[in-house]
Amino acid sequence: MENIGALALLLAFCISLYAIVSSVVGKLKNKPFLALSGERAVLAVWLLVTTAAGILVYSLMTGNFQMAYVASHTNRDMTLFYKFAAWWGGMEGSLLFWSWLLATYAGVAVLTTRKNYRNLLPWVIAIISCVQIFFLILNNFVASPFQVLAQDQVIVSAADGQGLNPLLQYWAMVIHPPFLYLGYVGFTVPFAFAMSALISKAPGESWIHTTRRWTLVTWLFQSTGVMLGSAWAYHVLGWGGYWMWDPVENASLLPWLAGTAFLHSVMMQEKKGMMKVWNMVLISATFFLCIFGTFLTRSGIVQSVHAFADSPTGPYFVAFLALGIAGVIWLILDRLKFLRSENELESLVSRESSFLFNNLILLASCFAVLWGTLFPVISEKFSTEKISLDAAWFNRLMVPIGLFLLLLTGLGPLFAWRRTSIASIRKNFQIPGIGSLIVAAALIIGGMRYPYSIISLSFCFFVAATIVLEFFRGANAIREKSGAGFLPSVIELTHRNTRRYGGYLVHMGIVIMFIGYSGHPFNLTEKFDVNKGDTVKIGHYTLRVNGLTEGDTANYAWEAAQLEVSKDGEPLGMLEPSHRFYKASQQSTSEVALRSRLNEDLYLNYAGHEGDKATIDAYVFPLVSWIWIGALVLIGGTLVALIPSKVARSYARTEVIGTVRKDVSVEA
Amino acid sequence: MHKYWKFGALMAVIVGSLVWLATAGISSSQSYYKTISELNQMGTAAQTHHLRVSGDIKPKSIVKQDGIVKFTLVQDKLALNVAYEGRDPLPDTFKDGSQALADGRMGPDGIFHAQEIQAKCASKYAPKPGMAPDSIQKQVQGSKAAYGS
Repeated sequence: MENIGALALLLAFCISLYAIVSSVVGKLKNKPFLALSGERAVLAVWLLVTTAAGILVYSLMTGNFQMAYVASHTNRDMTLFYKFAAWWGGMEGSLLFWSWLLATYAGVAVLTTRKNYRNLLPWVIAIISCVQIFFLILNNFVASPFQVLAQDQVIVSAADGQGLNPLLQYWAMVIHPPFLYLGYVGFTVPFAFAMSALISKAPGESWIHTTRRWTLVTWLFQSTGVMLGSAWAYHVLGWGGYWMWDPVENASLLPWLAGTAFLHSVMMQEKKGMMKVWNMVLISATFFLCIFGTFLTRSGIVQSVHAFADSPTGPYFVAFLALGIAGVIWLILDRLKFLRSENELESLVSRESSFLFNNLILLASCFAVLWGTLFPVISEKFSTEKISLDAAWFNRLMVPIGLFLLLLTGLGPLFAWRRTSIASIRKNFQIPGIGSLIVAAALIIGGMRYPYSIISLSFCFFVAATIVLEFFRGANAIREKSGAGFLPSVIELTHRNTRRYGGYLVHMGIVIMFIGYSGHPFNLTEKFDVNKGDTVKIGHYTLRVNGLTEGDTANYAWEAAQLEVSKDGEPLGMLEPSHRFYKASQQSTSEVALRSRLNEDLYLNYAGHEGDKATIDAYVFPLVSWIWIGALVLIGGTLVALIPSKVARSYARTEVIGTVRKDVSVEA
Repeated sequence: MHKYWKFGALMAVIVGSLVWLATAGISSSQSYYKTISELNQMGTAAQTHHLRVSGDIKPKSIVKQDGIVKFTLVQDKLALNVAYEGRDPLPDTFKDGSQALADGRMGPDGIFHAQEIQAKCASKYAPKPGMAPDSIQKQVQGSKAAYGS
């Protein structure tokens, strides 16, 4: 069966090559049926890669321990849930997962674009197939998932597998990588559309409409994947942190930052025909950062707690990146005259200006994160010392950047195009501005001394107030005409322009997340060595150790502490943090006990025992729940923005009605 | 182009502040990656610099005492005694045989005082390409004996 899988991948490789050739030749030589066969080739590739992936998944679920990949990443005792997740638990499987997702995206792109963007389709297919071929090369010739175990040329089967690391046997393992991959892989499609528009010198801006939609969906997946990773770290790792600027975390953030910048700057191109060159650069950068992120997590060039094996795929990624970037630079430079700006910047206080600074600050942060992540590699090249930068360095940069961006989300949407009048500024910003100053004053009077938290919370109020006012004023305008209630008016308002009001909801989600992040300086940390019957305090909480127990199951040995929690005398229930030691893999995990409320989380970790005493790490994290709530609002807002607006919007400003030949003679 | 001077100025201020934030105090954020042999070659300089030392945790060397965790890192034939004095709980991957990264300073007592520990799963989880992981290799040899070839 492994042979069928390997053959399917090989065929997929050949047919992808055909897809490129037939699409390009069919387009250039004007042979529509040849180009059509290219479209069908893409669908055939999907069928073949699905067959290969299906065989791998089947082998994982049924425990075919003849296959090296199955033996390395599953064992008999694992639940089916995690056996399925083992598909992306190791390098070969995860690269096949990449290929499968790309083939699926390509198929969807072909099926949805056939009618409206026929002229771009052959180039889109050619570009996606180039990327597909790169990953199929890895799947076929460098890291095959279908290798079998053999001893002296005889195929043998292991009695049982090694199993997935217990740290990964957490429900988030089944969804965090797939969402991230959906994001990483997905940016290939808008990139392909952008390059196609460039190659075919497509006039007008209609390609932006479809590109933007794809980018929004992909961005949604990427955002969800990143936040799932953060939530996983918080709930599982035992030290209550949700982001540590680890290289693999940073790798997932880089395309997100560039993608966010692109989503905003593309609006400039739609409305005003500006930043055309910049948008081409941005979408390419987003795509190449995805490839770079995939490379970073597999090559081992930087040390990370997310340990993948040092793999031989590194040089291939570097070659692909080099060729791709060179090709894109050449293409953009060659087509520069088709990317001339139609308008100019006029005022510092304008919508264009706010998009410009939005992009500047997002790209600056992208560069900063990239620089910090690669610093060990860079410093080794230039100074023989390998130096790494700690989380404090990242925070020192990213906190002010984040706060400036937060301010911009309040200012930008309310600035007018070209120039904002003073009257407009007063109307839109008076209430939010005064309100935020009151909030800041109240916090300072109330005793808060952390400047970043004060600034963050007052900016949060500012942005939230601008958004609420927008909804309020818009809904009232509709109510006056239609006489409907307030909530139906809000829904009607949103439905008429889902892009704008969905976007406001996304911004609101970011505001809520920032409120959550503002609680960080107020975290409390305590370490207790306790016996049964001891009582300890942290913050307002009193913890009484009712019992220290231990036990044994088939899978693992465990130790736990039963703690009775009360606050200012009022009993709140029991929390039981525990520690497990998995016998098969000799791996231990902490089962954190968490009491999560809107105002703060009480977080207890069982760290171990010394003799009769158990060590409990206790933490109080204020406002952390707001982070997860904000992420949900962000996701909801993006979904709203994806709903088609009730009122169709026309984006094209220039319409090509024909071409005229002009003879120019030069006077001597 | 003089009408763009306001934009240029604001951009310069923003980028300038970021560069300043990045470089001010960078020395307190820097850690030098060292192997144990490089650490030994540093001599007393190891006591003044912020270092990250990598190695494998020697089996049965982990001792927890008075809130400090002591263990030995080995690399090839060299060994380094480490004392972890940080507040955060040790990662779950921290156990005999794991690859570990200790972040801190060398003390005059010859013990490396670490403030932060990172640990990765032991390399048996990540076999070299073309080879089966160790535990599978043993099983495979076992089943070969069963086949009696």
